[in-house]
Amino acid sequence: MARIDLNNIRHAYMPNPLSEDDFALKRVHHTFDDGGAYALLGPSGCGKTTLLNIISGLLPPTEGEILFDGRDVTDLSTEDRNIAQVFQFPVVYDTMTVYQNLAFPLRNRGVPAEEIERRVRETLVMIDLAGRAEQKARGLTADDKQKIALGRGLVRSDVSAILFDEPLTVIDPHMKWVLRSQLKELHRRFAFTMVYVTHDQTEALTFADQVVVMNEGEIVQIGTPEELFERPNHTFVGYFIGSPGMNVLPVQIDGGDIHIGSHAVRLAEPVATNSGALTELGVRPEYVRIGEKGMPAQIVRVEDTGRRKIVHATIDGHPVAAIVSEDCVIPSDPRISFDPAGTNIYADSWRVDPVRDARGGAI
Amino acid sequence: MTKTWNNRAWFLVLPVLLLVAFNAIIPLMTVVNYSVQETFGNNLFFFEGVKWYEDVLTSERFHDSLFRQFLFTGIILLIEVPLGVAIALTMPRSGPWVSVCLVLMALPLLIPWNVVGAMWNIMALPDIGLLGYGLNALGIPYNFTRQPISAWFTVVLMDVWHWTSLVVLLAYAGLRSIPEAYYQAAKIDGASRWSVFRYIQLPKMNRVLTIAVLLRFMDSFMIYTEPFVLTGGGPGNATTFLSIDLVKAALGEFNLGIAAAMSIIYFLMTLLVSWIFYTLMTRGDEQ
Repeated sequence: MARIDLNNIRHAYMPNPLSEDDFALKRVHHTFDDGGAYALLGPSGCGKTTLLNIISGLLPPTEGEILFDGRDVTDLSTEDRNIAQVFQFPVVYDTMTVYQNLAFPLRNRGVPAEEIERRVRETLVMIDLAGRAEQKARGLTADDKQKIALGRGLVRSDVSAILFDEPLTVIDPHMKWVLRSQLKELHRRFAFTMVYVTHDQTEALTFADQVVVMNEGEIVQIGTPEELFERPNHTFVGYFIGSPGMNVLPVQIDGGDIHIGSHAVRLAEPVATNSGALTELGVRPEYVRIGEKGMPAQIVRVEDTGRRKIVHATIDGHPVAAIVSEDCVIPSDPRISFDPAGTNIYADSWRVDPVRDARGGAI
Repeated sequence: MTKTWNNRAWFLVLPVLLLVAFNAIIPLMTVVNYSVQETFGNNLFFFEGVKWYEDVLTSERFHDSLFRQFLFTGIILLIEVPLGVAIALTMPRSGPWVSVCLVLMALPLLIPWNVVGAMWNIMALPDIGLLGYGLNALGIPYNFTRQPISAWFTVVLMDVWHWTSLVVLLAYAGLRSIPEAYYQAAKIDGASRWSVFRYIQLPKMNRVLTIAVLLRFMDSFMIYTEPFVLTGGGPGNATTFLSIDLVKAALGEFNLGIAAAMSIIYFLMTLLVSWIFYTLMTRGDEQ
């Protein structure tokens, strides 16, 4: 296992990139710690697979360098980097048995026979396929095939990191949960460095200690699932994570006061933005209160999801979603207020930190 | 769901049955009819039983042409299938050259059989043909109308030129259907070029290659036009394959009974081999 440093990586698929827009991956500078579980989360085409292929060496980056445990591997091929990767579609060698599939990467590297035997038997137990070692791989179900693909990575004891490229896409929903739990369990026991690419927020948030959210070739936020939820750094993160996503409303900042149209909003801590920036307020539906106090609102519709209700309303024509408990009664003259703890201010889509005075507290 | 049986549905099969009857069963039965009777013209027929079959099966002439037929089919399969796979492997997987390669490959397939025969005939002429003249100029004695070896060389070369493309196109289609992830996974597993071929490309091409071998077997087993135009079955009987022999018997010697019995035997052999292939293919699917 290894620490992975990405130093100013940029990548363009065209030969002579000129402007920033030509880059599919715009300046990534980040460290994946040894033994960490990371998720790269973002919509299709945001560059997450590109980044993964750069780490695995399938794609040489246009600029920047990659270090494994401080050793520069930028120019090394995939084989020499000692990486394992699990792909979206399960890759198994059809004509081989499960055992031979797992032995394949070791045989290619000239590992002695008894060592292969030992490692493969161990791995078969780890991926729960010990009973099917002699079965032909082609007859297995998609999730078993995906386990074999994972096993071919695990079997190499010295592997630097295991990379996953949307590995659960073709797996049945009920098996997804099982496989994900097994992955987490394997990570807990053996502390592999794992990087997991997905566009599914549930997968990312349940799998990873640290989630790297990407959009349009850029990393917009790196944080724990909790941080991404409480303090989205960018309106995209707020919108992409959570269901429904964060409400984003245009606001005017006038000195210390914040207004949505004619209504004043209270924050936990004041913020300062440079004038001229497009300022917006972000608040997750979980922090929107409906009751007798606050801004007058029109209810558009209410969705009942079972345990709770999602209320879609408008304030001065701006749509706002709120999540309220099942037994919440919506008054006839509904008013909406935002919980200051969950309200963030964004300038040009990036979150503005609260202003703190010299004593360290909020003004 | 429960199955219901409705016998009236058989009426819907009737049109196909009629079509098959007219273009396959009736002509075939006519041949069967000829194969068990002796005729002297004037619509006079005498029943002969299995005499013609016995004659054909015990005739040395039939054995020789059958041997030549299997030899020819064996040689061209051994050349065309590996060569076709090798060419398909070297073709680009993407980019502008793909269409160029495909068009070049498809070109021989578009040329009519008799034109192919005529082309190679001219090419191979020892005095003016590029191939014939060239070989002789290099000091290799070559004359396909006199030396059986030269005749065989030319017929085989012609067939390879004409039909390897078919194997290439099928193998290429098989290769193209392999997702990129397989190659990437193989790289990560440290597989050699040979391992990639052996464990990824070959298994994935398995199906199309079986079809390629089947098609090439059937076509080459029934080959007539090209060798007829090129060598006419000569020199002597050196390139007299089954179909050429059959035409000689039927139209040259007017031995209708012998020719009909030969046709039936010929047909049954092709059918048998095709059936074996079909069983192999479908059994492969079930696994």
